[in-house]
Amino acid sequence: MTTATTGTRAVKASVGTAHTRVEGRDKVTGTARYAGEIPFAELAHGWLVLSTAARGRIRSIETAPVLAMPGVLTVLHNENAPPLDTDYMGMLGKPDPTAAVFQHDRVPHVGWPVALVVAETSEQAREAAEVLAVHYEQEPHDIAFSADRPDAYTLDGFSPAVTEKGDLEAELGASATVVDAEYTTPEEHHNPMEPHAATALWDGGRLEVVDSNQGTTWVAGEIANMFSLDPGSVRVRSEHVGGGFGSKGLRAHQVAAVMAATVLQRPVRVVMTRRQMFSLAGYRSPTTQRVRLGADADGRLRALDHSSLSATSTVHEFIESSAGPARTMYDADAHHTANRVVRLDVPTPTFMRAPGEAPGSFALESAFDELAEKVGIDPIELRVRNEPERGPVSGLPFSSRNLIACFREGARRFGWADRDPRPGVRRDGRWLLGTGTAAASFGAGAGPSTAAVTAEADGTFTVRVNAADIGTGARTALTLVAADALETTPDQVRVRIGDSDLGPAMLAGGSMGTRSWAWAVTLAADELRERLALNTGVPPEGITVRSDTTAAIGALSQKERHSFGAQFAEVAVDPATGEVRVRRMLGMFAAGRIVNPLTARNQFVGGMTWGISMALHEEAVRDRATGGHYGADLAGYHVAAHADVPYIEADWVDDVDPEDPVGIKGIGEIGIVGAAAAVANAVWHATGVRHRNLPIRPDRVLTAGGHA
Amino acid sequence: MREFTYQRALDVSGAVALLDADPDARFLGGGTNLVDLMKTGVERPAQLVDVRELPLDHIEVTGDGGLRIGATVTNSDLAAHPEVRGRYPALAQAVLAGASGQLRNMATIGGNLLQRTRCGYFADVTKPCNKRVPGSGCPAATGEHHNHAILGASEHCVATHPSDMGVALAAFDAVITYETIDGPGELPLAEFYLPVGDTPHLETALPPGALITGVTLPPAPVAAHSRYRKVRERASYAFAIGSIAAALDARDGVVRDVRLAFGAVASHPWRARTAERALVGAPADAAAFAAAADAELAAAKPLPHNGYKVTLMRNLVVAVLTELAEEAAR
Repeated sequence: MTTATTGTRAVKASVGTAHTRVEGRDKVTGTARYAGEIPFAELAHGWLVLSTAARGRIRSIETAPVLAMPGVLTVLHNENAPPLDTDYMGMLGKPDPTAAVFQHDRVPHVGWPVALVVAETSEQAREAAEVLAVHYEQEPHDIAFSADRPDAYTLDGFSPAVTEKGDLEAELGASATVVDAEYTTPEEHHNPMEPHAATALWDGGRLEVVDSNQGTTWVAGEIANMFSLDPGSVRVRSEHVGGGFGSKGLRAHQVAAVMAATVLQRPVRVVMTRRQMFSLAGYRSPTTQRVRLGADADGRLRALDHSSLSATSTVHEFIESSAGPARTMYDADAHHTANRVVRLDVPTPTFMRAPGEAPGSFALESAFDELAEKVGIDPIELRVRNEPERGPVSGLPFSSRNLIACFREGARRFGWADRDPRPGVRRDGRWLLGTGTAAASFGAGAGPSTAAVTAEADGTFTVRVNAADIGTGARTALTLVAADALETTPDQVRVRIGDSDLGPAMLAGGSMGTRSWAWAVTLAADELRERLALNTGVPPEGITVRSDTTAAIGALSQKERHSFGAQFAEVAVDPATGEVRVRRMLGMFAAGRIVNPLTARNQFVGGMTWGISMALHEEAVRDRATGGHYGADLAGYHVAAHADVPYIEADWVDDVDPEDPVGIKGIGEIGIVGAAAAVANAVWHATGVRHRNLPIRPDRVLTAGGHA
Repeated sequence: MREFTYQRALDVSGAVALLDADPDARFLGGGTNLVDLMKTGVERPAQLVDVRELPLDHIEVTGDGGLRIGATVTNSDLAAHPEVRGRYPALAQAVLAGASGQLRNMATIGGNLLQRTRCGYFADVTKPCNKRVPGSGCPAATGEHHNHAILGASEHCVATHPSDMGVALAAFDAVITYETIDGPGELPLAEFYLPVGDTPHLETALPPGALITGVTLPPAPVAAHSRYRKVRERASYAFAIGSIAAALDARDGVVRDVRLAFGAVASHPWRARTAERALVGAPADAAAFAAAADAELAAAKPLPHNGYKVTLMRNLVVAVLTELAEEAAR
């Protein structure tokens, strides 16, 4: 027996102190292994074959020549694949049929998986997959996304499709000033650095999948459902994840790997290429959005109408709820929001960093800037005048709402007070200069999670919580949270994550991960600390306390719970070439308790960098004739390069909610919200021209003209 | 991806012999383009003959005051060379405007000239492309083409040449030297790239199996006062949507000598000879520069979504020549 030291000495708080990633050394030295590089004996390699037809049927697949190629073990396709069950509700609803591979001969989009070639080496599988002849019966396809689609319909997502209060037309009619504008955002892709990769194997009657995903509880549940397996017989591990951004849930590669491992009875790995990710990993739908704002002469809103259209596939419904942010941000006597969708012959879109909020805030916050210009009120002052007391749609109180504090502190640091509101009047050599601002918000939710905390006999602690660290620093944050709850130092705490055998937990999504897991860890650690305070000693097997937050989350009072932020950007525009360069950005956020300032800043700055990228670069182009992408790789799909990312400052104001048991809000997504609008508003301020279609490419700037 | 064999050539004659013996072989320089194309299946060589270790990595001043650049000189070494920076600054700037530091350390001068278009249809083997599969069609004219050619293209192909370096070489009358099994030869850059016509798959006038051994730049005093400007859709690591190499000798407000070449507007680096002819003897002012640009761009045949390039190139001619003129007047 040893005596635990917890609770017996004063330990400096870890939460709120910058801490490098606990696995940082492993990552930079290459010791940390990612899913696609973990060795297995007898490993076979699968290569997915994707449809080149945009709509139709598979007529035949010529497998014989490929099966005769060196090293080829099998070809799985719709005529020989094991059946899957897709009629279930997973953690986030029904599965996307693109992941339920090889179940029928229908082809609903380019990039639909039609076969998996498995071979002894990855190179053999790839070569065989590339020469596999697949014949299609093609049908005319339709990928034309536009605002005037007659077949668009309203669709509830994770929030209602439509909210309505007041007489919109009457209030617009009574308004002194009206803004009525249409905004568009293009198809965008997550493109995490690490491509999707999974290895499946059967081990002693259990299925094990070594994967890169955003939640092993989630993915294990999907696989168990789809393959009709007992949930306890599926183990999914995902120790290190090189980015996810919403794209790493259940995808075709895991399902194909499990199928092949089952058929061949040996470990099978399936890795997506970057190009395949453009079809298989989900993406953000293009949107076309109309915003109407009506205001009195003093800028107070009488009418707010935000309607958004996005696209989904013909086989699955997913909606980009871009009209959602207005339900949190601004109130008006007449307040209407609507999300509609149209079904096209394209892959199903999915959650991508700040789904709804990222494109929605571009439209809404651009429209607000247009209103500020029209009524002649400073954009920040206009937002101050429209700050709601309660949720504009729900009528619920805010748990905390420190948006204006973000604007005030941000304005002070950015130097907003000296800003000349006139557009197109500042020059630096060939560059026109401008500044812009925009507001941001993102929901602060939580999902039920379990955790186990063990006081070890050697005086250290082990935390087991099935978190997913997708690069956010969650592992480190949870180490700090546990250390404080246990009144010890972080070096005494080891945190085990990324393994479905650790027990059910929330996935890394919706900016809810760290809040959800920290909650479970805190509950267990608090109880353990109390037990250890009894000084009964620690047996050799240690003392373990388990927690489950289901009841605690259910007991939360009904409130509007959100993070808020204020984005500022300065841009330079060369009117002769159309080039736009962001010169500096500042983001001030009110996002609850900040656990680790180092990785938190990283999340905010990363999100803001995504905002630059969204404003100026990102755009997946679809070729009308084939229905597939043009330039589906990182040379064709531009994300901001280092030279595009200037000095970015991110900081936060106090955002305390004494009633909240965790105090942590999510920070993974809010950084992108409003960032593209701030850049676009700055481009207007530089040039006098509004850019309502993203990205703001040089050709668009040149064609739009402006103050040259 | 097809399996292939790899051999390192030890001397020029050996390299040429290896390729002559195997029409399914390719020379490998830095591999920064060829290897990508092998991964995507656009190129499927059975054999790679690595020429990067050949003794062609020297830059030397020629007897008449020009420069001779070996074919395996890397982009990085070319851009850093004092004689290049001093005599042909636009060439150093052009090289530095391309790719990334890592790629420039690998990429070679010979390979740069032979790199393939970055047209997304060419790079995607699931789509038609006359350059990749002659006669299969060109989807760009009615599809995505906002970064395609406005000059010298044909209905069969509207792809652009991606090189930055080549634009500066075109402005400075570079001559390409090569070696074949039958002996050495040379081609002025103006004749090196073939017109598109109905054979977009035939890109250069190099004889089959030829190995580029170097590039010779004739002496050009005007080149010492030159500039390369590249416009792209992000600040670095992107191919141009329009670029210009310009050299100007203006005295007493009159243009004495001028060199102009455009990038990202045609299937090859575009020497703007019409504009040059219009400018010699003309006033070195914005109006004359604009008129010269208009004269050159009168031949442009923009597609529905790349007409902005006409405006862009006109603006670039005026902006860069004005800069050079102002610097000369100081």
